[in-house]
Amino acid sequence: MAIITSSKSQPSYDVIVVGSGAAGGQTAYTLTMGGAKVLMLEAGREYDPVKETPMFHTTAQAPLRASSTPDKNFGFHDSTVDGGWRVPHEPYFVKRANQPGWHEASDWKARESDQNWMWWRARMLGGRTNHWGRISLRMGPYDFKPRSRDGLGLDWPIDYPDLAPYYDKVELLIGVYGSNEGLENTPDSSPGSLLPAPKFHAHELYAKRRCGELGIPVVPIHRAVLSTKQDHVNGPAKLHPSNPRAREIIRKHMKLRAACFWATPCGRGCSTRANYQSTTVHLPPALDTGNLDIIPNAMVREVTMDAQGRATGVIYIDKTTGKEASAKGRLVVLAASGCESARILLNSKSNLFPNGLANSSGKVGRYLMDTVGAGVTGQVPALENLPAHNTDGAGTHAYSPWWLYQEQAAGKLNFARGYHIEPGGGRDMPGMGIAEDVTAITGGGYGRKFREEMRRYYGSFVDFAGRGEMIPNEDSFCEIDPERKDKWGIPVLRFHFKWSDHELNQAAHMHRTFKDMIEAMGGRVTSTVESDGRKAIYPPGAIIHEVGTTCLGSDPKNSVLNPWCQAWDVKNLYVTDGGPFVSNADKNPTLSIMALAWRSADHMLEEMKKGNL
Amino acid sequence: MNHHAGENTMIPESDKLSRREAMKRVAAAAATISVLNWQTFGAGPVTAQPYGTDPLLNKNYQSGDFWPLTLNRPQKATTRTLADLILPADEKFPAASEVGTVEFIDEWISAPYPAQQADRAVVLEGLAWLDTEAGQRYGTQFAALAVDRQSALADDICYLERAQPKFNVAAKFFAKFRNLVAGGYYATQKGWKDIGFVGNVPTVTFAGPPRKVLEQLGLVGG
Repeated sequence: MAIITSSKSQPSYDVIVVGSGAAGGQTAYTLTMGGAKVLMLEAGREYDPVKETPMFHTTAQAPLRASSTPDKNFGFHDSTVDGGWRVPHEPYFVKRANQPGWHEASDWKARESDQNWMWWRARMLGGRTNHWGRISLRMGPYDFKPRSRDGLGLDWPIDYPDLAPYYDKVELLIGVYGSNEGLENTPDSSPGSLLPAPKFHAHELYAKRRCGELGIPVVPIHRAVLSTKQDHVNGPAKLHPSNPRAREIIRKHMKLRAACFWATPCGRGCSTRANYQSTTVHLPPALDTGNLDIIPNAMVREVTMDAQGRATGVIYIDKTTGKEASAKGRLVVLAASGCESARILLNSKSNLFPNGLANSSGKVGRYLMDTVGAGVTGQVPALENLPAHNTDGAGTHAYSPWWLYQEQAAGKLNFARGYHIEPGGGRDMPGMGIAEDVTAITGGGYGRKFREEMRRYYGSFVDFAGRGEMIPNEDSFCEIDPERKDKWGIPVLRFHFKWSDHELNQAAHMHRTFKDMIEAMGGRVTSTVESDGRKAIYPPGAIIHEVGTTCLGSDPKNSVLNPWCQAWDVKNLYVTDGGPFVSNADKNPTLSIMALAWRSADHMLEEMKKGNL
Repeated sequence: MNHHAGENTMIPESDKLSRREAMKRVAAAAATISVLNWQTFGAGPVTAQPYGTDPLLNKNYQSGDFWPLTLNRPQKATTRTLADLILPADEKFPAASEVGTVEFIDEWISAPYPAQQADRAVVLEGLAWLDTEAGQRYGTQFAALAVDRQSALADDICYLERAQPKFNVAAKFFAKFRNLVAGGYYATQKGWKDIGFVGNVPTVTFAGPPRKVLEQLGLVGG
């Protein structure tokens, strides 16, 4: 089995997996290692990071010095293929501030947009895992029971201990560096799960020293990057204790993956497989089992059903021919991203399911969430004229977990949930904004004086980015547009969205805090500090933490999925992407998506073995 | 595609605009340059295709690979002169034009994207202004001036906040041009060395900041 075209597919599979990113990759990995025959359908093209990643390419080797453009929103060398805030021929519809009616989403600069939703997609094997930030934070015990704690939002039908063993396994499999700090609601990993945390950069050390008096912790962040080679001797047995074949396969791939060599931004992907992306970590071993077929360019339209209300497979459009095709399986797993999976369910209408599939609760598409994002930049004189030294490392090495639990519990804050802080800075590869930052301070100039100022200020700029929890609400959801279709004839989504005061007040708090941090470092703020949260917060969707839309629950009346990510209404249908999330803690969701997907795939294997599916 | 194109940008022929206002509108309307008289700047609107959403990434591109370049010989001379005034050679490092900055600026203003087309209008108009101003003051084009005269002219426009109102538009051009020169220059190997970027090299371990950095930051001991 291998990467194939639709004409080469088998008549039937055990499981059809829609999507190839974090969720699809993990689901297929667990299922194929467990012996299930899987067909994976990916809406984008085949993509091989080993061959395609621009390792060590300089910005001078790219058009426009690799600047962002409407074609490559995160810059020329970003790994994203046929995607970004817009996908060719696949529109979505949004509302715009102070304008009536629906508008086709057209903006490509998220932070300047007045769209009520920004939807980042990537049409490529591995999806968004190819370029993601690799920040891999566990949700903590509080994060599963937010409603019980403060009366807002929803509780998960599972607890931290249900997911903890899967966090351990995912960390061990994909390779995550970090440290155990024993901080509140910031779980430690089991011994041996994490790789060593890299040393801090100069600006991170300086922030740690100077922000201590503000009571803000600065500790090693967790990122899915191999700071050392994986432990191929002991790791495989922890991952697959009762499956010798799986152990051998993953041992081989752990050996093949190189340790990070501390250069080349992770967002380009990694040809040496030193960071996690589905295409270098999940899919190669899954393909090695011989149990996985992958059809790229397969845009799934709907789940097909039999008369008894069981899923039988999917119908997709083969983008290479434009023709409709179908695939059959005992199980169907949607792992296409929260919104895309909701779209497929809502488009799978039948007499048995007139409101869309798995939607008897009416909750498909509901409780759409992103992460609260806001940031402040500054310039720190202490960092001027530092001796030249290599600060590339593996992106961000430090972060500040949420630290104000007591103040929040005591009612001293005007928002309910926490955020973490990601510090930025260092002597990065110079980009197109390099003079603008400096002349914002000096006012301008040219000649020898300008040259000296460029040297002096280079590396003295810092930024603090806040990433905070959003509480799900009834006004934020996606639905099928009743009229419009994409190039493939598939009805498209339109988006409703509203922040509550909790998110807005949190964003304003971020701005105040980051100003204090920059000043504690002896620096000056170089962006605008907003006291109005509406001005501080980035547009919805901009952080690309799209979760919600097919919520888990313990009651079929008000949730789409049971605690195993299995549809209440259709027992051989699962959703394993960000859709099942019922809250969106400040912890970046990808690690939790993988842990949930692994747990769900284990459930599928057990149920198939028992003959329940 | 971009639904903003073509909206509300008609500039009636009969409108006699001040130079300042005209340049403001040029910048604002750059995405819809078809209505402007590009002959003024000695170049037409960009009609080339963008590189698309799936370009080959791991390739070494040259200016002009994706779209044809714009600048004619006199415009290049003005660009080179101003770029080298902004970043002249010093004891250790070359002048801006010696590392391909002129070609880069040409590539930039020739790109078929809205931001670059806005800059195209600003840069082409600015280059024309420099030569006109040099002609009015000294009777020759900018590139033919002695450095002290180039500087006298640049001094009037190199600090946007301090520029006299009559130089406001030219000062905006200068700031934009300086951003392009610096962005072009510091992306090169020589530019890296100049500014002190020593990354993009593989290392076995990430050692963290060297001791002399920690000392300067007061982070040694205590």
